[in-house]
Amino acid sequence: MHRRQVLRGMMGGGAISVGLPVLECFLNDTGSAYANGAPLPMRFGNWTWGLGMNAGAFVPKKTGKDFDLPPEIEMLAPIQKHINLFTNFDVFKDAAPNICHHTGWVILRSGEAPQTRATLPGETIDVTISKKIGGRTRFNNLVANATGDVRDSFSYANGSTVNPPLYSPTRLYQTLFGEGFQDPNAPTFEPDPRVMVRKSVLSAVMDDTKSLMGKVGAEDKRRLDQYFTGLRDLERRLDLQMTKPEPIAACSVPGEPEDLPTGLDADLVSKRHRIMTDLMLTAVACDQVRVFNMFYAAAFSATVRPGYDKPHHTATHEEPVDEGLGFQPNVSWFTKRAMEEWLYFVQAMEKIPEGDGTMLDNVLVYASTDQSFAKLHAIDGIPMFTAGSAQGQVKTGLHIDGGGTQGTRLGYTCMKVFGLENQSWGTQSNNTSKEIGEIIA
Amino acid sequence: MMVFMRMIGALLLVAALAACGSEKAAEAFFEPENAASDMRARLMTGEQYTAAVAYVFGEDVAASVVAPMPPTARIGGLTASGAAGVGVSPDQLQQVQISAALIAAKVVDEEHRTYLIPCEPENPYASDDECARAFLSSAGRLWFRRPLSETSLDRYVEAAAYGADMLEDFYDGLALALEGMLASPEALYIIDGADVGLGEAEIVPLDAYSLASRLSFFLWNAPPDDGLLNAAQSGALSDPVQRAAIVDRMIESPRLEEGMRAFFDDMLHFDEFDTLAKDPSVYPALTGQTLADAREQTLRTIMHELIVEEGDYRDLFTTRDTFMSLDLAPVYGTPAKKGWHPHTFPEDGLRRGIISHVSFLAAHAHPARSSATLRGKEMRDIFLCQVVPDPPPNVDFSNLEEPDPSIKTARGRLRIHNENPSCAGCHKLMDPVGLAMENFDGGGQFRETEDGAELDTSGDLDGVTYTDMRGLAEALRNHPSLPGCFVERLYAYATGGPMGGRRDWPVTEYLEAEFTDSDYRLKALLKTIAMSDAFSRVRNPVKPADAVVASLAD
Repeated sequence: MHRRQVLRGMMGGGAISVGLPVLECFLNDTGSAYANGAPLPMRFGNWTWGLGMNAGAFVPKKTGKDFDLPPEIEMLAPIQKHINLFTNFDVFKDAAPNICHHTGWVILRSGEAPQTRATLPGETIDVTISKKIGGRTRFNNLVANATGDVRDSFSYANGSTVNPPLYSPTRLYQTLFGEGFQDPNAPTFEPDPRVMVRKSVLSAVMDDTKSLMGKVGAEDKRRLDQYFTGLRDLERRLDLQMTKPEPIAACSVPGEPEDLPTGLDADLVSKRHRIMTDLMLTAVACDQVRVFNMFYAAAFSATVRPGYDKPHHTATHEEPVDEGLGFQPNVSWFTKRAMEEWLYFVQAMEKIPEGDGTMLDNVLVYASTDQSFAKLHAIDGIPMFTAGSAQGQVKTGLHIDGGGTQGTRLGYTCMKVFGLENQSWGTQSNNTSKEIGEIIA
Repeated sequence: MMVFMRMIGALLLVAALAACGSEKAAEAFFEPENAASDMRARLMTGEQYTAAVAYVFGEDVAASVVAPMPPTARIGGLTASGAAGVGVSPDQLQQVQISAALIAAKVVDEEHRTYLIPCEPENPYASDDECARAFLSSAGRLWFRRPLSETSLDRYVEAAAYGADMLEDFYDGLALALEGMLASPEALYIIDGADVGLGEAEIVPLDAYSLASRLSFFLWNAPPDDGLLNAAQSGALSDPVQRAAIVDRMIESPRLEEGMRAFFDDMLHFDEFDTLAKDPSVYPALTGQTLADAREQTLRTIMHELIVEEGDYRDLFTTRDTFMSLDLAPVYGTPAKKGWHPHTFPEDGLRRGIISHVSFLAAHAHPARSSATLRGKEMRDIFLCQVVPDPPPNVDFSNLEEPDPSIKTARGRLRIHNENPSCAGCHKLMDPVGLAMENFDGGGQFRETEDGAELDTSGDLDGVTYTDMRGLAEALRNHPSLPGCFVERLYAYATGGPMGGRRDWPVTEYLEAEFTDSDYRLKALLKTIAMSDAFSRVRNPVKPADAVVASLAD
């Protein structure tokens, strides 16, 4: 039988209209699953800030529960019970140079020390985990930043493929809720017959272009192969569009946001971050994506304090440590602004109800930076956070002192939480097979 | 140090030059025998994607979508070179598909179908293979930059028919087939193809369609037009005489300006302007529009000097001629009318050449202050291809803290760098250059003093001393590395990827010699590159010996 006839028969030549249950029936009796019994999804989030911290104003004296909150993190009190703070963890450059503002984040996100600034990370942790959990939603992995610069990303599929960030509120909105978005709470479901045709056309494209592989060298072949993998993944996404989505109470489709001017004024960055955080987390709530990245600042953070002539990065190197305070006051101001945005990010998840609790019950967010004490380009004692309890797998409210062990242990712990089967993560001195047991429930 | 490759025993072509009416005798230079460039599959840049959509379907269709291409790393000074190594992630490919759907829907809508689709179906509610074939064949030829094979065309026609029958709409079906074309890697990657197989020879000529694409993206930053594809099909591009005439036509086309704007925008790092912002409390005149105009001012100046006036490339660095807009005028402290108008910097002023433009001075400075170090670093990198390394990570920054407030000027603040052995090596390269620009604040506005203190703008550029910006401009113009750096950048841009290191040096030395001989004319250099063997031949990525081994293994 000709495939046209097969597909025409499948579609019945018309759209399907399916009535959906009312919102109150969205969840099962215990609130731990959707009405059809499917468990609430677990998600992996990433958040980054730039240029580390002033240790004297950032690192709590007390470890474990109820840790003290020094000035640079004192605003985190409302979310302290939902987060973990990790200090005194190191990254190791081994024989590679310490590449300023690059080595630290690359190791924490890929497990491997870069040899040069041009060396892009290999696969970053968000991509690794998205391979495990990302393939069930419309997007595998969502990447956005608050810097407004398309070049600022900490997410890489491999050494030649950046996951470009969505860098403006309108772009993020259009991507998430524009063409191709299916509101899970729409009263009717009408599968678009074009989707089936689209899938068939993609198949034809792949058939038509496979011969390219024999016409290019090995490196180009690898990139083309990646393209074909992407085409196959598009077919999967199109299948999703043919399936009636489960209704989700927490999915409330927002209106289109205002766009914002470019620039790195701290207030503007904050505004951009908050609008985009809300959009991104709404997409998570609507189960459009299960791995998400929000980058508040770039590694060489150039955020500007109005009226102060040095951007954040310049200030870290040129501002003296105030002997009375024990830290750099303006640099500390920038770090506090970053931590206020971390607070916003976590609170935004706390405000989204899911099941009997909030989104924080169903996520694990990994937050990292590029340096510890940026003034000296230090990468020892680099701070990290997590947020969320990962459906009870992760304890929260703790300050963990790493005792100089590998920072990659936290990434490895995240991988274990998401059920990855690798026995270790990282290379050379950054290789670890030891989870951070203190946070495992 | 590169070996200088001017050919020993170069011929004096006095007779030939006399025939051309020139009194000047010139040397003839010979391209190395094994000249070839790397064989590449480079991803179209966002600009190229937009240009391709505009050419095939119209400006309004192109303007309706955001180019879904990923950013590329700057390699060897150019983001265009980064396109030779960039991959496309699955989520990015989803953006490609979404853009394809938007474009295809627009192409077949009631407004556009009347002139973009060359026929009408017999029945608009059913498939029509003949009409679909006519459209997909012509649009596909332009989009793929070569005719589709019969097999490929059949596939797309069948897809259109399938869609039309399923959706009971000819145009919906056609749009879906077009979507497939628009998302095809064969179109989005500009793939160097050869008529011989991989491993058959170490150096192979590009096939005619690949050569057409190289020419077109190089000179126009856009895909080949119908005429160029015809030339590829007829064999004209393979004939040196006809190819020369075609290259001349392309260089004299108004589209050359579009292509060269893209090149200079990339070479000058003008992508910085996409996110550049100045602290409005310090530089209230530097609005977003002002910065956009600053970028345009420099591009206009370059286009005028090099393409309209066909001037000496080196004079870009000393000319007082430029263009002025209403928004830009306050920054330059000059009156201006609405729109763009020619403008000449005052003879007694300090502005000379494009490094004295706001585009350079403001882009390479901090949001609220100037930066002699950044300016010096970028000037060496962009125009002299001299890369200054990152500061050592273990440097003791405690000596570089905010100094005594009695030190008013950048020179005073930077002095400490030059006293610190671990900093001095690089800062002595950067700071004397940047300090000569200290008469211009972080917004590129002229200032006599900094914080009330007199400015010392003297310095030296690799042994040539000067007292102010004018002297620096002259030293840069006459710097021996200036032409060679430009040649390297343009050659990399032309061949679609970063220089192949030592393997490409003999070619760029040949090109530099020709450039020098042409008195540093851009158009002459464009033609030399476009007619070179290195441009039209590629190194086979699979060596013959490796192919034999692979074959035996099979």
